[in-house]
Amino acid sequence: MIRALALAMTLLALPAAASETIVAGLSQSRVSITANFDGSEILIYGAVKRDAPEPEDAPMQVIVTVEGPSTPLTIRRKEKTAGIWINRSSVNVGSAPSFYAVATSGPLDKILSSTENLRHKVSLDQVISDVGITAQAENSDDFITALKRIRIADGSYRLDDNSVILKEQTLFRADVQLPANLTEGAYRVRILLTRDGKVVDSSEQRIFVHKEGLERFLFNMAKQQSFLYGLASLAMAVVAGWAASAGFRLLRR
Amino acid sequence: MQLYLPIAEVSINAFLLTGIGGIVGFLSGMFGVGGGFLITPLLLLIGVPPGIAVATGANQVVASSISGVLAQFRRKAVDVPMGLVLMSGGLVGSWIGSKVFAWMTALGQVDLFVQLSYVAFLGVIGTVMFVESARAIWRSKRPGTVPVRRAHTHGWMHRLPFKMKFRASGLYISVLPPIAVGTFVGFLGGIMGVGGGFILVPAMIYLLGMPTKVVIGTSLFQIIFVSGFTTVLYAVNTHTVDMLLALLLIVGGVIGAQIGAQVGLRLKAEQLRILLAILVLAVAIKIAFDLLFQPSELFSINIGRLS
Repeated sequence: MIRALALAMTLLALPAAASETIVAGLSQSRVSITANFDGSEILIYGAVKRDAPEPEDAPMQVIVTVEGPSTPLTIRRKEKTAGIWINRSSVNVGSAPSFYAVATSGPLDKILSSTENLRHKVSLDQVISDVGITAQAENSDDFITALKRIRIADGSYRLDDNSVILKEQTLFRADVQLPANLTEGAYRVRILLTRDGKVVDSSEQRIFVHKEGLERFLFNMAKQQSFLYGLASLAMAVVAGWAASAGFRLLRR
Repeated sequence: MQLYLPIAEVSINAFLLTGIGGIVGFLSGMFGVGGGFLITPLLLLIGVPPGIAVATGANQVVASSISGVLAQFRRKAVDVPMGLVLMSGGLVGSWIGSKVFAWMTALGQVDLFVQLSYVAFLGVIGTVMFVESARAIWRSKRPGTVPVRRAHTHGWMHRLPFKMKFRASGLYISVLPPIAVGTFVGFLGGIMGVGGGFILVPAMIYLLGMPTKVVIGTSLFQIIFVSGFTTVLYAVNTHTVDMLLALLLIVGGVIGAQIGAQVGLRLKAEQLRILLAILVLAVAIKIAFDLLFQPSELFSINIGRLS
Protein backbone atom coordinates (compact mmCIF):
# COMPACT_ATOMS: atom_id res chain seq x y z
CA MET A 1 0.00 0.00 0.00
CA ILE A 2 2.66 2.45 1.07
CA ARG A 3 4.83 1.43 -1.82
CA ALA A 4 1.99 1.94 -4.29
CA LEU A 5 1.31 5.35 -2.80
CA ALA A 6 4.94 6.30 -3.07
CA LEU A 7 5.02 5.19 -6.70
CA ALA A 8 1.89 7.18 -7.46
CA MET A 9 3.44 10.24 -5.83
CA THR A 10 6.63 9.91 -7.83
CA LEU A 11 4.68 9.55 -11.05
CA LEU A 12 2.67 12.61 -10.17
CA ALA A 13 5.76 14.56 -9.18
CA LEU A 14 7.84 13.63 -12.20
CA PRO A 15 6.10 15.64 -14.93
CA ALA A 16 6.00 18.66 -12.64
CA ALA A 17 9.76 18.44 -11.97
CA ALA A 18 10.55 17.84 -15.61
CA SER A 19 8.60 20.85 -16.83
CA GLU A 20 11.43 23.20 -15.79
CA THR A 21 15.01 21.95 -15.99
CA ILE A 22 18.38 23.60 -15.56
CA VAL A 23 20.91 23.83 -18.35
CA ALA A 24 24.04 25.12 -16.64
CA GLY A 25 27.69 25.76 -17.26
CA LEU A 26 30.79 26.81 -15.31
CA SER A 27 33.42 29.27 -16.44
CA GLN A 28 36.03 26.70 -15.42
CA SER A 29 36.04 23.17 -14.07
CA ARG A 30 39.57 23.46 -12.65
CA VAL A 31 41.20 26.01 -10.41
CA SER A 32 45.00 25.84 -10.43
CA ILE A 33 46.84 27.07 -7.38
CA THR A 34 50.17 28.44 -8.56
CA ALA A 35 52.69 30.55 -6.64
CA ASN A 36 50.94 33.82 -7.48
CA PHE A 37 47.44 32.52 -6.69
CA ASP A 38 45.46 35.23 -4.96
CA GLY A 39 41.91 33.98 -5.02
CA SER A 40 39.77 33.35 -8.04
CA GLU A 41 36.30 34.07 -9.32
CA ILE A 42 34.12 31.43 -10.86
CA LEU A 43 31.14 32.19 -13.02
CA ILE A 44 28.16 29.86 -12.84
CA TYR A 45 25.65 30.52 -15.61
CA GLY A 46 22.70 28.81 -17.24
CA ALA A 47 19.16 28.87 -18.47
CA VAL A 48 15.87 27.21 -17.60
CA LYS A 49 14.44 24.85 -20.23
CA ARG A 50 10.66 24.62 -20.26
CA ASP A 51 8.37 22.04 -21.88
CA ALA A 52 5.26 23.93 -20.94
CA PRO A 53 4.42 27.61 -20.58
CA GLU A 54 5.76 29.19 -17.42
CA PRO A 55 3.51 28.73 -14.37
CA GLU A 56 2.14 32.05 -13.25
CA ASP A 57 1.60 31.44 -9.53
CA ALA A 58 4.99 32.39 -8.11
CA PRO A 59 8.20 33.77 -9.61
CA MET A 60 11.13 31.43 -10.18
CA GLN A 61 14.17 31.82 -7.93
CA VAL A 62 17.72 30.50 -8.21
CA ILE A 63 20.07 29.35 -5.43
CA VAL A 64 23.71 28.53 -6.14
CA THR A 65 25.95 26.87 -3.53
CA VAL A 66 29.66 26.12 -3.71
CA GLU A 67 31.05 23.76 -1.05
CA GLY A 68 34.69 22.95 -0.36
CA PRO A 69 36.06 19.74 1.18
CA SER A 70 34.92 19.13 4.77
CA THR A 71 37.06 18.37 7.81
CA PRO A 72 36.38 17.68 11.47
CA LEU A 73 37.02 20.70 13.68
CA THR A 74 37.64 21.52 17.30
CA ILE A 75 36.33 24.84 18.55
CA ARG A 76 37.71 26.08 21.83
CA ARG A 77 36.56 28.82 24.15
CA LYS A 78 38.67 30.90 26.51
CA GLU A 79 37.33 31.52 29.99
CA LYS A 80 38.64 33.54 32.88
CA THR A 81 40.05 31.20 35.50
CA ALA A 82 42.06 32.33 38.51
CA GLY A 83 42.51 35.74 36.91
CA ILE A 84 43.83 34.61 33.54
CA TRP A 85 42.18 33.80 30.22
CA ILE A 86 42.74 30.20 29.21
CA ASN A 87 41.11 27.66 26.91
CA ARG A 88 38.60 25.87 29.09
CA SER A 89 35.88 24.18 27.08
CA SER A 90 35.90 22.74 23.60
CA VAL A 91 33.48 21.22 21.14
CA ASN A 92 34.25 18.71 18.40
CA VAL A 93 32.35 19.32 15.18
CA GLY A 94 31.95 16.16 13.09
CA SER A 95 32.45 17.93 9.80
CA ALA A 96 32.39 21.47 8.48
CA PRO A 97 33.23 22.60 4.94
CA SER A 98 36.47 24.50 4.46
CA PHE A 99 34.59 26.80 2.10
CA TYR A 100 30.89 27.45 1.63
CA ALA A 101 29.12 30.06 -0.45
CA VAL A 102 25.40 30.53 -0.94
CA ALA A 103 24.33 32.92 -3.69
CA THR A 104 20.63 33.53 -4.27
CA SER A 105 18.31 35.61 -6.41
CA GLY A 106 16.27 36.62 -3.34
CA PRO A 107 16.28 36.39 0.47
CA LEU A 108 17.09 32.75 1.28
CA ASP A 109 14.47 32.34 4.02
CA LYS A 110 11.78 33.65 1.64
CA ILE A 111 12.60 31.60 -1.46
CA LEU A 112 13.29 28.29 0.27
CA SER A 113 10.95 26.71 2.79
CA SER A 114 12.47 25.24 5.93
CA THR A 115 11.48 21.69 5.02
CA GLU A 116 13.13 22.01 1.62
CA ASN A 117 16.17 23.52 3.32
CA LEU A 118 16.36 20.47 5.57
CA ARG A 119 16.02 18.07 2.67
CA HIS A 120 18.55 19.72 0.36
CA LYS A 121 20.91 21.01 3.07
CA VAL A 122 21.31 24.51 1.71
CA SER A 123 21.83 26.98 4.54
CA LEU A 124 25.08 27.16 6.54
CA ASP A 125 23.48 25.50 9.59
CA GLN A 126 22.60 22.49 7.48
CA VAL A 127 26.11 21.86 6.13
CA ILE A 128 27.86 22.07 9.50
CA SER A 129 27.20 18.79 11.20
CA ASP A 130 26.83 19.51 14.90
CA VAL A 131 25.40 16.20 16.04
CA GLY A 132 26.08 15.49 19.68
CA ILE A 133 27.75 18.77 20.60
CA THR A 134 25.26 19.66 23.33
CA ALA A 135 26.80 17.02 25.59
CA GLN A 136 30.31 18.42 25.13
CA ALA A 137 30.01 21.90 26.62
CA GLU A 138 27.61 24.40 28.12
CA ASN A 139 25.99 26.78 25.60
CA SER A 140 27.28 24.61 22.77
CA ASP A 141 25.32 26.67 20.21
CA ASP A 142 27.69 29.58 20.92
CA PHE A 143 30.54 27.51 19.49
CA ILE A 144 28.75 27.02 16.16
CA THR A 145 27.81 30.71 16.06
CA ALA A 146 31.47 31.57 16.65
CA LEU A 147 32.61 29.20 13.90
CA LYS A 148 30.26 30.89 11.44
CA ARG A 149 31.25 34.37 12.59
CA ILE A 150 35.01 33.70 12.29
CA ARG A 151 34.74 32.02 8.91
CA ILE A 152 32.39 34.63 7.46
CA ALA A 153 34.87 37.30 8.59
CA ASP A 154 37.82 35.66 6.81
CA GLY A 155 35.85 35.01 3.62
CA SER A 156 35.65 31.22 3.92
CA TYR A 157 31.88 31.34 4.33
CA ARG A 158 29.87 33.69 2.14
CA LEU A 159 26.18 34.39 2.25
CA ASP A 160 25.36 36.48 -0.81
CA ASP A 161 21.61 36.99 -0.88
CA ASN A 162 20.32 38.66 -4.07
CA SER A 163 23.63 38.22 -5.87
CA VAL A 164 22.32 35.86 -8.58
CA ILE A 165 21.22 37.80 -11.64
CA LEU A 166 18.05 36.34 -13.12
CA LYS A 167 16.79 37.66 -16.47
CA GLU A 168 13.34 37.12 -17.95
CA GLN A 169 12.82 34.23 -15.50
CA THR A 170 15.09 32.18 -17.80
CA LEU A 171 18.74 33.22 -17.86
CA PHE A 172 20.80 33.38 -14.71
CA ARG A 173 24.36 33.98 -13.66
CA ALA A 174 26.24 33.95 -10.35
CA ASP A 175 29.78 35.09 -9.63
CA VAL A 176 31.36 33.36 -6.65
CA GLN A 177 34.59 34.67 -5.18
CA LEU A 178 37.05 31.99 -4.02
CA PRO A 179 39.44 33.24 -1.29
CA ALA A 180 43.25 33.09 -1.44
CA ASN A 181 43.49 30.56 1.41
CA LEU A 182 41.88 27.78 -0.59
CA THR A 183 42.40 24.11 0.22
CA GLU A 184 42.82 21.44 -2.41
CA GLY A 185 40.04 19.10 -3.40
CA ALA A 186 36.76 18.75 -5.21
CA TYR A 187 34.34 21.67 -4.77
CA ARG A 188 30.67 20.81 -5.18
CA VAL A 189 28.60 23.36 -7.13
CA ARG A 190 24.82 23.06 -6.80
CA ILE A 191 22.14 25.00 -8.62
CA LEU A 192 18.59 24.87 -7.25
CA LEU A 193 15.48 26.28 -8.92
CA THR A 194 12.68 27.12 -6.54
CA ARG A 195 9.12 28.28 -6.85
CA ASP A 196 7.03 29.22 -3.85
CA GLY A 197 9.69 27.85 -1.51
CA LYS A 198 9.83 24.44 -3.19
CA VAL A 199 12.75 23.06 -5.16
CA VAL A 200 11.66 22.51 -8.78
CA ASP A 201 14.92 21.21 -10.20
CA SER A 202 18.53 20.92 -9.16
CA SER A 203 21.82 20.29 -10.87
CA GLU A 204 25.24 19.45 -9.47
CA GLN A 205 28.74 19.85 -10.85
CA ARG A 206 32.29 19.77 -9.54
CA ILE A 207 35.26 22.11 -9.68
CA PHE A 208 38.68 20.66 -8.96
CA VAL A 209 41.08 22.83 -7.02
CA HIS A 210 44.62 21.66 -7.49
CA LYS A 211 48.13 22.88 -6.69
CA GLU A 212 50.41 23.16 -9.70
CA GLY A 213 54.00 23.87 -10.69
CA LEU A 214 56.31 24.78 -7.81
CA GLU A 215 53.47 24.45 -5.27
CA ARG A 216 52.75 20.89 -6.38
CA PHE A 217 56.44 19.96 -6.37
CA LEU A 218 57.14 21.30 -2.87
CA PHE A 219 53.93 19.87 -1.43
CA ASN A 220 54.60 16.38 -2.81
CA MET A 221 58.21 16.41 -1.69
CA ALA A 222 57.29 17.53 1.83
CA LYS A 223 54.85 14.65 2.18
CA GLN A 224 56.61 11.87 0.29
CA GLN A 225 60.33 12.51 0.85
CA SER A 226 60.19 14.38 4.11
CA PHE A 227 63.73 13.65 5.26
CA LEU A 228 65.21 14.84 1.97
CA TYR A 229 62.89 17.85 2.12
CA GLY A 230 64.14 18.67 5.62
CA LEU A 231 67.75 18.42 4.51
CA ALA A 232 67.01 20.58 1.44
CA SER A 233 65.45 23.25 3.69
CA LEU A 234 68.53 23.11 5.88
CA ALA A 235 70.88 23.32 2.89
CA MET A 236 68.99 26.36 1.62
CA ALA A 237 69.42 28.02 5.02
CA VAL A 238 73.16 27.23 5.16
CA VAL A 239 73.84 28.49 1.62
CA ALA A 240 71.78 31.66 2.14
CA GLY A 241 73.51 32.39 5.45
CA TRP A 242 76.93 31.91 3.95
CA ALA A 243 76.11 33.90 0.78
CA ALA A 244 74.89 36.89 2.79
CA SER A 245 78.03 36.83 4.92
CA ALA A 246 80.32 36.56 1.88
CA GLY A 247 78.33 39.22 0.03
CA PHE A 248 78.60 41.74 2.86
CA ARG A 249 82.31 41.08 3.14
CA LEU A 250 82.75 41.97 -0.53
CA LEU A 251 80.62 45.09 -0.07
CA ARG A 252 82.84 46.40 2.70
CA ARG A 253 86.02 46.00 0.73
CA MET B 1 53.08 40.83 -4.44
CA GLN B 2 50.94 38.02 -3.03
CA LEU B 3 52.47 34.56 -2.83
CA TYR B 4 50.63 31.30 -2.18
CA LEU B 5 52.54 29.16 0.33
CA PRO B 6 52.27 25.47 -0.59
CA ILE B 7 52.36 23.93 2.90
CA ALA B 8 50.76 26.73 4.92
CA GLU B 9 48.01 27.01 2.27
CA VAL B 10 47.62 30.74 2.67
CA SER B 11 48.45 33.63 0.38
CA ILE B 12 50.62 36.34 1.96
CA ASN B 13 52.47 39.39 0.71
CA ALA B 14 56.07 38.41 -0.14
CA PHE B 15 57.59 41.76 0.94
CA LEU B 16 55.87 41.54 4.32
CA LEU B 17 57.50 38.15 4.90
CA THR B 18 60.94 39.39 3.84
CA GLY B 19 60.47 42.35 6.17
CA ILE B 20 59.63 40.14 9.16
CA GLY B 21 62.65 37.97 8.37
CA GLY B 22 64.79 41.11 8.20
CA ILE B 23 63.72 42.47 11.58
CA VAL B 24 64.22 39.15 13.36
CA GLY B 25 67.56 38.60 11.58
CA PHE B 26 68.71 42.07 12.66
CA LEU B 27 68.02 41.31 16.32
CA SER B 28 69.59 37.90 15.92
CA GLY B 29 72.86 39.30 14.57
CA MET B 30 72.94 42.05 17.17
CA PHE B 31 72.14 40.09 20.35
CA GLY B 32 73.02 36.50 19.52
CA VAL B 33 69.49 35.28 20.12
CA GLY B 34 68.01 33.02 17.46
CA GLY B 35 64.76 34.95 17.36
CA GLY B 36 62.49 31.93 17.70
CA PHE B 37 60.56 33.69 20.45
CA LEU B 38 59.87 36.61 18.08
CA ILE B 39 59.28 34.98 14.71
CA THR B 40 56.54 32.59 15.86
CA PRO B 41 54.23 35.30 17.27
CA LEU B 42 54.87 37.54 14.22
CA LEU B 43 53.96 34.77 11.78
CA LEU B 44 50.84 33.92 13.78
CA LEU B 45 49.86 37.57 13.61
CA ILE B 46 49.81 37.58 9.80
CA GLY B 47 47.80 34.38 9.55
CA VAL B 48 50.31 31.53 9.23
CA PRO B 49 48.99 28.41 11.04
CA PRO B 50 50.78 27.76 14.41
CA GLY B 51 52.46 24.46 13.49
CA ILE B 52 53.89 25.88 10.27
CA ALA B 53 55.05 29.03 12.07
CA VAL B 54 57.07 27.12 14.67
CA ALA B 55 58.70 24.69 12.21
CA THR B 56 59.46 27.20 9.47
CA GLY B 57 60.68 29.70 12.06
CA ALA B 58 63.31 27.17 13.14
CA ASN B 59 64.51 26.91 9.54
CA GLN B 60 64.91 30.69 9.23
CA VAL B 61 66.77 30.81 12.56
CA VAL B 62 69.40 28.43 11.11
CA ALA B 63 70.05 30.81 8.21
CA SER B 64 70.27 34.03 10.19
CA SER B 65 72.42 32.34 12.86
CA ILE B 66 74.90 31.15 10.22
CA SER B 67 74.94 34.59 8.66
CA GLY B 68 75.56 36.10 12.09
CA VAL B 69 78.10 33.55 13.33
CA LEU B 70 80.31 33.97 10.24
CA ALA B 71 80.51 37.69 10.98
CA GLN B 72 81.46 36.82 14.58
CA PHE B 73 84.02 34.20 13.48
CA ARG B 74 85.94 36.82 11.52
CA ARG B 75 86.59 38.80 14.68
CA LYS B 76 87.34 35.63 16.66
CA ALA B 77 84.33 36.12 18.91
CA VAL B 78 83.20 32.50 18.89
CA ASP B 79 84.27 30.12 21.64
CA VAL B 80 83.93 26.83 19.74
CA PRO B 81 84.85 24.46 22.64
CA MET B 82 82.37 26.25 24.91
CA GLY B 83 79.71 26.05 22.18
CA LEU B 84 80.23 22.30 21.84
CA VAL B 85 80.10 21.72 25.60
CA LEU B 86 76.86 23.74 25.85
CA MET B 87 75.41 21.84 22.90
CA SER B 88 76.10 18.42 24.40
CA GLY B 89 74.07 19.44 27.44
CA GLY B 90 71.49 21.12 25.21
CA LEU B 91 70.67 18.00 23.22
CA VAL B 92 70.00 16.00 26.40
CA GLY B 93 67.92 18.86 27.80
CA SER B 94 65.81 19.30 24.68
CA TRP B 95 65.09 15.58 24.58
CA ILE B 96 63.79 15.74 28.18
CA GLY B 97 61.93 18.94 27.33
CA SER B 98 60.14 17.37 24.38
CA LYS B 99 59.02 14.47 26.62
CA VAL B 100 57.56 16.93 29.12
CA PHE B 101 55.92 18.80 26.22
CA ALA B 102 54.26 15.59 25.02
CA TRP B 103 53.08 14.90 28.57
CA MET B 104 51.58 18.41 28.87
CA THR B 105 49.90 18.02 25.46
CA ALA B 106 48.23 14.85 26.72
CA LEU B 107 46.91 16.84 29.67
CA GLY B 108 45.46 19.39 27.21
CA GLN B 109 46.90 22.56 28.73
CA VAL B 110 50.07 22.91 26.72
CA ASP B 111 49.25 26.44 25.44
CA LEU B 112 48.81 27.74 28.95
CA PHE B 113 51.94 25.98 30.14
CA VAL B 114 54.02 27.48 27.32
CA GLN B 115 52.60 30.96 27.91
CA LEU B 116 53.23 30.81 31.63
CA SER B 117 56.82 29.61 31.09
CA TYR B 118 57.35 32.48 28.68
CA VAL B 119 56.06 35.06 31.15
CA ALA B 120 58.00 33.59 34.08
CA PHE B 121 61.37 33.10 32.39
CA LEU B 122 61.33 36.13 30.11
CA GLY B 123 60.07 38.28 32.98
CA VAL B 124 62.73 37.19 35.47
CA ILE B 125 65.63 37.18 33.00
CA GLY B 126 64.56 40.51 31.49
CA THR B 127 64.28 42.20 34.88
CA VAL B 128 67.60 40.89 36.20
CA MET B 129 69.42 41.91 33.02
CA PHE B 130 67.75 45.29 32.91
CA VAL B 131 68.67 46.17 36.49
CA GLU B 132 72.25 44.95 36.12
CA SER B 133 72.96 46.73 32.84
CA ALA B 134 71.22 49.94 33.94
CA ARG B 135 73.53 49.99 36.96
CA ALA B 136 76.57 49.41 34.77
CA ILE B 137 75.59 52.27 32.45
CA TRP B 138 74.88 54.58 35.37
CA ARG B 139 78.28 53.73 36.95
CA SER B 140 80.18 54.36 33.74
CA LYS B 141 78.54 57.78 33.36
CA ARG B 142 79.75 59.04 36.70
CA PRO B 143 83.14 60.63 36.26
CA GLY B 144 86.00 59.74 38.57
CA THR B 145 84.85 56.24 39.51
CA VAL B 146 86.47 53.60 37.43
CA PRO B 147 84.21 50.56 37.17
CA VAL B 148 85.79 47.65 38.98
CA ARG B 149 85.83 44.73 36.54
CA ARG B 150 86.85 41.53 38.19
CA ALA B 151 87.86 38.89 35.70
CA HIS B 152 87.72 36.05 38.18
CA THR B 153 85.40 35.66 41.04
CA HIS B 154 86.59 32.51 42.68
CA GLY B 155 83.82 30.54 44.27
CA TRP B 156 82.42 27.06 44.49
CA MET B 157 82.33 26.78 40.68
CA HIS B 158 86.10 26.84 40.52
CA ARG B 159 86.52 23.93 42.88
CA LEU B 160 84.65 21.51 40.60
CA PRO B 161 86.61 18.82 38.71
CA PHE B 162 87.07 18.36 34.90
CA LYS B 163 88.58 21.79 34.33
CA MET B 164 89.03 22.98 30.80
CA LYS B 165 90.59 26.02 29.19
CA PHE B 166 88.20 28.18 27.15
CA ARG B 167 90.70 30.44 25.40
CA ALA B 168 88.31 32.77 23.57
CA SER B 169 86.35 33.42 26.77
CA GLY B 170 89.50 33.73 28.91
CA LEU B 171 88.13 31.16 31.32
CA TYR B 172 89.61 28.12 33.02
CA ILE B 173 86.62 26.39 34.59
CA SER B 174 85.06 23.00 35.06
CA VAL B 175 82.90 21.72 32.19
CA LEU B 176 80.10 20.84 34.62
CA PRO B 177 78.51 24.32 34.93
CA PRO B 178 78.35 24.84 31.10
CA ILE B 179 76.84 21.37 30.67
CA ALA B 180 74.27 22.13 33.38
CA VAL B 181 73.43 25.48 31.75
CA GLY B 182 73.16 23.81 28.33
CA THR B 183 70.87 21.09 29.67
CA PHE B 184 68.62 23.57 31.42
CA VAL B 185 68.37 25.84 28.37
CA GLY B 186 67.78 22.85 26.10
CA PHE B 187 65.03 21.68 28.43
CA LEU B 188 63.28 25.05 28.36
CA GLY B 189 63.78 25.28 24.61
CA GLY B 190 62.21 21.87 24.21
CA ILE B 191 59.04 22.81 26.09
CA MET B 192 58.77 26.34 24.72
CA GLY B 193 59.61 25.42 21.13
CA VAL B 194 62.47 27.91 20.83
CA GLY B 195 66.26 27.71 20.49
CA GLY B 196 66.72 29.29 23.88
CA GLY B 197 69.22 32.00 22.93
CA PHE B 198 67.49 34.58 25.10
CA ILE B 199 68.06 32.34 28.14
CA LEU B 200 71.50 31.18 27.06
CA VAL B 201 72.93 34.68 26.53
CA PRO B 202 72.23 35.93 30.08
CA ALA B 203 73.23 32.54 31.53
CA MET B 204 76.63 32.72 29.84
CA ILE B 205 77.18 36.29 30.98
CA TYR B 206 76.01 36.01 34.57
CA LEU B 207 76.47 32.35 35.48
CA LEU B 208 79.60 31.43 33.54
CA GLY B 209 81.16 34.89 33.55
CA MET B 210 81.90 35.02 29.83
CA PRO B 211 82.61 38.41 28.17
CA THR B 212 79.54 39.79 26.31
CA LYS B 213 81.32 40.01 22.93
CA VAL B 214 82.16 36.28 22.93
CA VAL B 215 78.75 35.32 24.23
CA ILE B 216 76.91 36.48 21.09
CA GLY B 217 78.99 34.43 18.66
CA THR B 218 79.03 31.36 20.90
CA SER B 219 75.27 31.50 21.41
CA LEU B 220 74.68 31.73 17.65
CA PHE B 221 77.06 28.83 17.06
CA GLN B 222 75.10 26.65 19.47
CA ILE B 223 71.70 27.74 18.08
CA ILE B 224 72.62 26.63 14.53
CA PHE B 225 72.79 23.00 15.62
CA VAL B 226 69.75 23.06 17.86
CA SER B 227 67.45 24.71 15.29
CA GLY B 228 68.89 22.68 12.41
CA PHE B 229 68.04 19.54 14.36
CA THR B 230 64.57 20.92 15.11
CA THR B 231 63.92 21.77 11.44
CA VAL B 232 64.64 18.24 10.21
CA LEU B 233 62.63 16.78 13.10
CA TYR B 234 59.56 18.85 12.17
CA ALA B 235 59.99 18.15 8.44
CA VAL B 236 59.97 14.40 9.07
CA ASN B 237 57.42 14.13 11.88
CA THR B 238 54.78 16.74 11.14
CA HIS B 239 55.54 17.93 7.55
CA THR B 240 55.11 21.52 8.66
CA VAL B 241 58.20 23.19 7.17
CA ASP B 242 57.12 25.49 4.33
CA MET B 243 60.12 25.94 2.08
CA LEU B 244 58.71 28.90 0.15
CA LEU B 245 57.86 30.70 3.39
CA ALA B 246 61.31 29.85 4.75
CA LEU B 247 63.01 31.19 1.62
CA LEU B 248 61.36 34.61 1.95
CA LEU B 249 62.08 34.84 5.67
CA ILE B 250 65.67 33.74 5.07
CA VAL B 251 66.33 36.33 2.36
CA GLY B 252 65.32 39.04 4.82
CA GLY B 253 66.91 37.30 7.78
CA VAL B 254 70.46 36.80 6.49
CA ILE B 255 70.70 40.43 5.35
CA GLY B 256 69.23 41.63 8.65
CA ALA B 257 71.71 39.51 10.62
CA GLN B 258 74.67 41.09 8.83
CA ILE B 259 73.42 44.62 9.51
CA GLY B 260 72.62 43.65 13.10
CA ALA B 261 76.14 42.34 13.66
CA GLN B 262 77.56 45.66 12.36
CA VAL B 263 75.33 47.74 14.63
CA GLY B 264 76.13 45.47 17.57
CA LEU B 265 79.84 46.19 17.09
CA ARG B 266 79.31 49.93 17.59
CA LEU B 267 77.46 49.48 20.88
CA LYS B 268 79.02 48.99 24.30
CA ALA B 269 78.48 45.67 26.07
CA GLU B 270 76.16 47.12 28.70
CA GLN B 271 74.15 48.97 26.05
CA LEU B 272 73.66 45.68 24.18
CA ARG B 273 72.57 43.99 27.38
CA ILE B 274 70.03 46.66 28.30
CA LEU B 275 68.51 46.61 24.78
CA LEU B 276 68.16 42.83 24.90
CA ALA B 277 66.64 43.14 28.39
CA ILE B 278 64.03 45.61 27.06
CA LEU B 279 63.19 43.30 24.14
CA VAL B 280 62.80 40.28 26.42
CA LEU B 281 60.65 42.27 28.87
CA ALA B 282 58.46 43.58 26.04
CA VAL B 283 57.65 40.04 24.87
CA ALA B 284 56.95 38.93 28.46
CA ILE B 285 54.61 41.88 29.06
CA LYS B 286 52.78 41.24 25.76
CA ILE B 287 52.11 37.60 26.68
CA ALA B 288 51.09 38.56 30.22
CA PHE B 289 48.61 41.06 28.76
CA ASP B 290 47.09 38.35 26.56
CA LEU B 291 46.56 36.19 29.62
CA LEU B 292 45.19 38.93 31.87
CA PHE B 293 42.84 40.85 29.58
CA GLN B 294 39.77 39.57 27.80
CA PRO B 295 40.67 38.72 24.20
CA SER B 296 38.48 40.18 21.42
CA GLU B 297 37.72 36.68 20.15
CA LEU B 298 37.13 34.07 22.81
CA PHE B 299 36.76 31.21 20.36
CA SER B 300 39.41 29.55 18.26
CA ILE B 301 39.09 26.95 15.52
CA ASN B 302 41.49 24.02 15.18
CA ILE B 303 41.30 21.77 12.16
CA GLY B 304 41.15 18.15 13.22
CA ARG B 305 39.87 16.52 16.33
CA LEU B 306 41.23 16.77 19.83
CA SER B 307 40.86 13.78 22.07
